[in-house]
Amino acid sequence: MSARDEILARLRTALADNPPPVQVPRGYRRVDDRPDLIGTLVDRLEDYRAVVHRGIDALPRLLSEVDRLAVPIDVPADWLAGYAGELHRDAPPLSAAALDDLDAVLTGCAVVVADTGTIILDAGPAQGRRALTLVPDRHICVVRTDQVVGLLPEALTRLDPRAPLTWISGPSATSDIELNRVEGVHGPRRLEVVLLGSGA
Amino acid sequence: MNPPVAPATGGGRIRTPLPFPTAAKPAVADTQLRANLHRATRTIRAKRARVVDEVPDWEALRDAGSAIKADVQRRLPELLEQFEASATAAGATVHWARDAAEACRIVVALTRAAGADEVVKVKSMATQEIELNEALEAAGIAAYETDLAELIVQLGDDTPSHILVPAIHYNRAQIREIFQRRMADAPADLSDEPAALAEAARAHLRRRFLSARVAVSGANFAVADTGTLVVVESEGNGRMCLTLPETLISVVGVEKLLPTFTDLEVFLQLLPRSSTGERMNPYTSMWTGVTPGDGPQDVHIVLVDNGRSAVLADPVGRPALSCIRCSACLNVCPVYERAGGHAYGSVYPGPIGAILSPQLTGVADNASLPYASTLCGACYDVCPVKINIPEILVHLRQQAPHPPVERATMRVLSWVMRSPRRWAAALRLARAGAGPLGAYRERRTGARTLRRLPWPASAWTRSRDLPLPASQTFREWWGKQ
Repeated sequence: MSARDEILARLRTALADNPPPVQVPRGYRRVDDRPDLIGTLVDRLEDYRAVVHRGIDALPRLLSEVDRLAVPIDVPADWLAGYAGELHRDAPPLSAAALDDLDAVLTGCAVVVADTGTIILDAGPAQGRRALTLVPDRHICVVRTDQVVGLLPEALTRLDPRAPLTWISGPSATSDIELNRVEGVHGPRRLEVVLLGSGA
Repeated sequence: MNPPVAPATGGGRIRTPLPFPTAAKPAVADTQLRANLHRATRTIRAKRARVVDEVPDWEALRDAGSAIKADVQRRLPELLEQFEASATAAGATVHWARDAAEACRIVVALTRAAGADEVVKVKSMATQEIELNEALEAAGIAAYETDLAELIVQLGDDTPSHILVPAIHYNRAQIREIFQRRMADAPADLSDEPAALAEAARAHLRRRFLSARVAVSGANFAVADTGTLVVVESEGNGRMCLTLPETLISVVGVEKLLPTFTDLEVFLQLLPRSSTGERMNPYTSMWTGVTPGDGPQDVHIVLVDNGRSAVLADPVGRPALSCIRCSACLNVCPVYERAGGHAYGSVYPGPIGAILSPQLTGVADNASLPYASTLCGACYDVCPVKINIPEILVHLRQQAPHPPVERATMRVLSWVMRSPRRWAAALRLARAGAGPLGAYRERRTGARTLRRLPWPASAWTRSRDLPLPASQTFREWWGKQ
C-alpha cells in the first residue's frame, strides 16, 4: 500500500466515531465601520516604524536620495518624473546579486489593510515578482487610497489566491531576543509608504 | 474489501528521554534560566493582552477558529485529497510520509535530485519534530537554519525550548557569547544590543540566501480548495528561502489544512496577536504551486502523518490537532515559566506539548507529561482555537500507567468517599491521629504540613507538602457558632 493510501486509510479508521457535522459561526466583523480608515492606516504603519509620505510630490524628494533604483517593468512613468539616478528595470530579470547591489525598489501594491497596517503585494500591476521587493534594503511603496480596506476579511475578497502573495507589515523585524521587537533583519530595513489619492 | 488500517503513533523528537520531574529539577534550580524565562514570558504576556484587548470580536474569532479546525478534523481525508489535487494542478509535487523517518528520506532524496549539498531552512516545528537536520547531516547535506532564534540554537549546539522563540532561554549577553564563539564572521566588537545581534545575523546569512539552490520550509496553513501554502514570519528569512532558491520543499503535518482560502481571514487575525503579540507579523508569504518567472520552479510538499492519525483517533484528545503553534499557552503557564522548554523533552513543550506529545507517541511513552501542569486553566483561556487543554490533560492522566500502590490507594479512597458515614469516620480518625503531630509541626515549622512521607508515599511528597487535617472541620465550627 502506498504511503498516501495508508495515511488516508489510517485517518478514516481514526474517524470511526463519525463526528457530527460542524456549523462554523462567523459572527466576527467582516466590514469595518471606522470613519477614518486612512488615519488608522497611518497610525498602524508608523507604529511599526514604516515612514509615511503623502502626495505624488513626495516621490521626487524621496528618490533624490536613491542612487540606484530597481523598478518593475510596468512602473507608472509619472512616479519616476525627474528621477536622475541609475534606473534598473526588472527586464530581463535582475539576478539576486544584482538586486543586492541596488539601493531601493519602488513598487505599487494590490490591497492595504488599515486595521493592521498591512500592505499586500500580489505580483500584479506595478509590483513585479517577489524577489524585487525583498532583496534591496529599502522599499518605497506607493499606496492609492482606493486600495485601502478596513479589515482583513475585506482584503481577502480582493485577492486571487493563485497569485504569489506577500503581506508586509512594517520593515523586517525580529522578536527573538528576549521577545522584544527589533527592526532590521533580512528583509528591507526601511519601508516607506507614499499615499496617493483622495483623503491621502 | 481491505481490513481497516490502524492509526499509528509517530517518532522523532517527541519523546521525553527523562520523566518530567527529573528533567525539570536542574532547570528549576538554574536561577539565570528562570530569570530569562520570567522576563521574556512577562514581556510577551503584556504585548498579547494589549493587542487582543483592542479586538472587539476576539471571542467570535476564537469560536470560528475552533469550529473550522473541528470541521477540518472531521473531513481530514477528503480535504487532504482536495489539497493534493489543487496543489498538483498548480504545479507542485505532493509526497506523503507515514512517519518521521520516511519524511526525512523524501527530503534527502529531493535535495540530492536537485544536485545540492546544502539547504537553507525556514523555522519549522515539523522539521524539528522529524529531526530533519540530523538526517540531512547523516546524508552529507548541510542544513542552515535562518530564523534568528533557530540560528542561535544551532550555533549553540542546543535544542529549541519554545515553539515560537526556540532561543527564549538565552538572554542577549549569552547570545552575543554564542555568536562570538561560533560565527566566524561576527564583528570583533559585537555588542549585546538586540539590533547589533540582528545585524550580525543579517551579514552572516546574506550570501547564503543569495546563492542557495534548495530551501526547506514548513507551513502554518495549507488551503485545501486552492492548494496554497502559507508561512507567517518576521525577519524576511522566510521570504528569502521561499523566493530565491530554485527548489522549495515544504514539510507539512496533515493537520495544517484549512478548507478554504477565506478561512485565512480568521487565522491570520488569531495567530499574530496570540504569538508575537503583534497586530500583524511583518511578513506573510502565500504560494500556490509554481508561478512561472517568480520564485522556485521546482516545488514539493511533503504531507506528514507521524502520529497525527493516532491523535485523531481519540475523540477527547482530537482537538490537540487544532493547535496553530502560536505558543500563547507556554507564555502563560506557571509550570513552563519555571521549568523551561527542555524539561518537556519533546519539541512541543508547555501545555500544548503536554497533551500533544503523549498522543503522538502513545501515552505510555510520555507518561509523565500529562502531569506537567497544575490544571490552572490559563492555557485554555488564551488558546486562540479554544483547545480545552486541562480537560485533555485529565483524560490522558487516566490513560497513563499508574503504579500498583497508587491504584490500591485510590481504590480504598474511592470506597471511603462513596459513603458519607465512612468519610466522616475516616476524617475523625485522621484528625485524632494527626492532632499531636499537627500541633508539633505547627510549633516547629509554622505550618500543619508534612514534608516527607515514608515509602511508597514518598513518591507523592517528593514535590509536594502533605497538609495535615485541621483540628476541626468547617461543619463542626459552623455547628458551634
